[in-house]
Amino acid sequence: MVEKPLDIDQKLCKGCGICYTLCPKKAIKGDEKGKVVVDNPDLCSKCGICESHCPDYAIFVRREKK
Amino acid sequence: MRPELQKLFRMDKLPHIWCPGCGHGIITRAIAEAINESDLDLDKTVIVSGIGCSSRAPGYMHFDTLHTLHGRALAFATGVKLANPELNVFVLTGDGDATAIGGNHFIHAARRNIDLNIILFNNNIYGMTGGQYSPLTPTGKIASTSPYGNPENNFDIPALAIAAGASYVARGTAFHDKLLIDCIKEGIKNKGFSLIEAMSMCPTSYGRRNKMGNAADMLNDLKTTAVNINVAKKLPPEKLEGKFLIGKLHHKPYPEFTQEYDKLIAKLQKGAE
Repeated sequence: MVEKPLDIDQKLCKGCGICYTLCPKKAIKGDEKGKVVVDNPDLCSKCGICESHCPDYAIFVRREKK
Repeated sequence: MRPELQKLFRMDKLPHIWCPGCGHGIITRAIAEAINESDLDLDKTVIVSGIGCSSRAPGYMHFDTLHTLHGRALAFATGVKLANPELNVFVLTGDGDATAIGGNHFIHAARRNIDLNIILFNNNIYGMTGGQYSPLTPTGKIASTSPYGNPENNFDIPALAIAAGASYVARGTAFHDKLLIDCIKEGIKNKGFSLIEAMSMCPTSYGRRNKMGNAADMLNDLKTTAVNINVAKKLPPEKLEGKFLIGKLHHKPYPEFTQEYDKLIAKLQKGAE
């Protein structure tokens, strides 16, 4: 089973579109309301640009502890 | 949100009131990251704010917070710091709050070099009250009170703070969040008046009127118009036209106000014996 790379809190997301515009791998996209959903989890490189630029704190990137 | 940051936020107050795509959320997270990485005693940290979009930020942060009068955040913070100098005092303020209504408090707090950390959220507009132009709205830009373009010149906040006597001045943006975190951390270490100007974006009141696109486009604008000061030193002046500098702009420590005040008290008490 592929582990989910991102935790997305749909209640906090306001659909501004920053995360999926910045995503370098296009692993996430907007749904019909513009809110973020994971499109292709295998593409995610866990760079964290979506998490650090989400103004609504709706995304958490799961990283393995070093 | 990352679990280690959750203890710094009042999670029950989220989602916040800021518009979709507002840069203030990104900057508030950067402040929380900087506090988290600086190992400050959270019970001895106070966050003070005035009025405005930016000044809502302390309402979401789990510290002792003060939401004060318009423009008077620095006056309240000066009082807090003087009453108990061992507190770490942060002031979160906006462009109108710090430079228009609180302009005098701003220059005099800088002149005293009192140990405060000011994070100035600059979104170039009075967002909360309906998009009037502020002292930081660039010349020629459209606001609800300047429908034909703003005829006034805007302040250069770092230059103003340096001239007034601030000992640490830096600038970051909502896009360059890692740099912003580093600047805030350095500001925390500096004993004295630390000003960090955080360039934000307001897609609702500013971007929409000035046809700057959506929040992601405005964030991209911040990315392309900001030039790191270390890079700018090697660039010819014509390449810097229309750009602004980010990074550590000024650092010159000199005696801090509360310490000098304590020294004066000790000296006078000795004289009375």
